[in-house]
Amino acid sequence: MTSRLEFWQGNIASAEGALAAGCRFFGGYPITPSTEIAEHMAAKLPKRGGVFIQMEDELASIASVIGASWTGARAMTATSGPGFSLMMENIGYAAMTETPCVIVNVQRGGPSTGQPTMAAQGDMMQCRFGSHGDYAIIALCPASVQEMYDLTAKAFNLADKYRVPVFLMTDEVIGHMRERIIVPDAVEHTGRPAFVPGTLPFKPGADLVPGFPEFGKGYGTHVTGLTHDERGYPCATNPGLHAALVKRLVDKIESATQKLADFDVVNPDAEQVFIAYGAPVRTVQQVIHDHPDRKIGFLRVRTVWPFPSHALALFKNARRFIVPELNLGQIAREIERHAKVPVTSVPKLGGELHTPGELYAVWEAGA
Amino acid sequence: MSFEDWFRQDRLPHIYCAGCGNGTIINCTLAAVDAMGWAKEDTVFVSGIGCSSRAPGYIVTDSLHTTHGRALAFATGVKMANPKLHVVVFTGDGDLAAIGGNHFIHACRRNIDLTVVCMNNQIYGMTGGQGSPTTPRGCISTTTPYGSTEPAFDLSELAIAAGANYVARWTSYHVKELERAVKTGLETPGFSFIEALVQCPTNFGRRNKFRQVADQIEYIKAHALLKAKRDRLLEQGERIPEDMYVVGELMRRSRPAMGLAPTEVKP
Repeated sequence: MTSRLEFWQGNIASAEGALAAGCRFFGGYPITPSTEIAEHMAAKLPKRGGVFIQMEDELASIASVIGASWTGARAMTATSGPGFSLMMENIGYAAMTETPCVIVNVQRGGPSTGQPTMAAQGDMMQCRFGSHGDYAIIALCPASVQEMYDLTAKAFNLADKYRVPVFLMTDEVIGHMRERIIVPDAVEHTGRPAFVPGTLPFKPGADLVPGFPEFGKGYGTHVTGLTHDERGYPCATNPGLHAALVKRLVDKIESATQKLADFDVVNPDAEQVFIAYGAPVRTVQQVIHDHPDRKIGFLRVRTVWPFPSHALALFKNARRFIVPELNLGQIAREIERHAKVPVTSVPKLGGELHTPGELYAVWEAGA
Repeated sequence: MSFEDWFRQDRLPHIYCAGCGNGTIINCTLAAVDAMGWAKEDTVFVSGIGCSSRAPGYIVTDSLHTTHGRALAFATGVKMANPKLHVVVFTGDGDLAAIGGNHFIHACRRNIDLTVVCMNNQIYGMTGGQGSPTTPRGCISTTTPYGSTEPAFDLSELAIAAGANYVARWTSYHVKELERAVKTGLETPGFSFIEALVQCPTNFGRRNKFRQVADQIEYIKAHALLKAKRDRLLEQGERIPEDMYVVGELMRRSRPAMGLAPTEVKP
C-alpha cells in the first residue's frame, strides 16, 4: 500500500474522502462555510463518471441525494446551519425509508443566519432530533483534516450498512483548517446489505436492517414516507405496525452503539476527565501537552451519535467530567444522562475556540 | 401487455373517492407508458404528497412516494444518477405549484428528461378541500368560504415560460387526446409537462354547485378551448374569457436537455 502526503484544507479532505469512498452523486447548494466541498465535487465528480448537480435549495439537495441513492449510487450533500434546517423534513424521510446518504454539516454560529464564517457546534441536537417523529441516526465528528478524510469515507460505509443518514458534524475551524494529511491509496468500501429477490423489501435481517432493493433491477420496490409494512405498502392506521417500525428504526442504530463507538481514552485513571468532539478536541490536546506533570483524563469522541455512554465507565476514578463545547452544553446534557459523577459544561459561544488556558483553569479549579 | 399489467393487483381497492378523475389520468398515463414498450425494471414513478401522489403505490415498477412538493427534486436525483431509467412523475396542483413551485420552475429550466403528469383538481383533496394556487377566482373551498379572491396559476404557461420542451393540457374528458399527449411527452427528450384538469366531486364539486360528477365533467368539457381556436380568437382581437381552459399541445421544442441516457444525446 502506498500513501501520499498532502497539505489540504479540511473541506477538501472531506470531498476527497468521499471520492475515495466511491461517492458518485453530489447534490448541493452553496453555503458558507461548506462551499469548498461542493466546488471540489463539481470539479472532480464528472471526471470520475459521477454527477454533480447544484440544486435550487437545500430541500432539493437532500431530495436529489435520496433519489440518487435509490439507484444504488453512493450520494452525499454538504451544508451548514440554515441549509441544515431546510433539510430536516427529508432527513426524516431518509430515516423512514432507510435510505443510505451522507450529509456533511460544517457548523457555523446560529441561530438563523448567525455567524456564517465562525465556528460552532450548535447543531448537535438538531442532527439527532431535528426532523419530526422518533428515529435514530449516526453522527461522526472529525477533529483534524486527516479525520475529515477518514470519517467521510467511513460515513459511506456506515450509511450503507445501517441504511441510515450519516452526518459528518464538523465545524468551521476543522473545515477551513489546513494541515498535513496522509492520503491512503485506497479506503475500505463495504456495500449495502444484499436484497434477496422474492423476499419482502422491508423485512429486516437479524441486525434489524433490511436488504437494499435498488431501483432499476426489476424488484418493483415501493418506497414511501408513510408508515409501511414489510412489503413497503402504506399502512398508516395500524398502531402496532407503526410502533414496531419506529422502534426498529431506532433499535437498529442504538443496539449497535458499542460497534459504532469510536473514541480514544487518555489517562483512564484520572480523577478529572475532559470529554470533547470536533474542534475543542484540539484545545484539550494542547492542555494535556502543556501540563505533562498533571494527570488529565480525556475521552475524545468521534462517534457522537449514538453516544458511546459505556466509555464513561472506563474512567474508574473519575470525580468529574468536563465538557467543552462550542454551544451551550448540548452533548454535556447527554453525558449528564449517563454519568454517575458531576458533569461540568464549559460552553463557548462567539465563534472562537476555548483557549487552553481557559480549559486548564476549569480543570485546576477542581484539582 | 396492457395498461392493466402495470397495476399492483394486491393494492386494490384504491383510496380514490367515487367519481374521482385521477383514475382516468392514471389509466391514460399507463396506457401511454405501455405503448412505449418500456420494460418495467427500466421505469420509475415518483410522486410527492396528495391524492395524485398516491398513484405510484398502485404501480408495479420501482416507485418513490416522497415528501410534499419535492417529487421533482427526488426525481432529478434518480434520473441524473441513472439516466437509463425512464422517470415519470405524478403530481397535483398543490404539490407542484404551491409547496413545490420552486422545484417545478427549476426542473423546467434544467429541461431535465422527466415526464410530469399533473392532476389539476383545483383543490387540496387529500386534506379536505382547501383552496390551491389553481382554485379559480370565486370558487368555494374550506379556506375560501366566501369565494377565492386570488388569481389562479396557469401551470402550463408557467412550464412554457420556465423552459419545458413539451407542454400539453387536456382534461379527464379528453382521454384519447390525453393519452396521446402523455405518449408524446414520454417520447420527447427533456422536460415534458402534461396538465390534466380533473373533477374532484368530494371536495370541489359539491361546494361549487356540481351536484353530480358528470356535471363537473360537462363543465370542464364546455370550458375547454382548443389552442387552435384560442389562437384564431386572439388573431381576431377577441378576448379569452377567464373561465376557459386552453387545451391542446401548447409547446414542443428542442432546448438542450439534461439527464439524457448516453444513446439519446444529440450531437
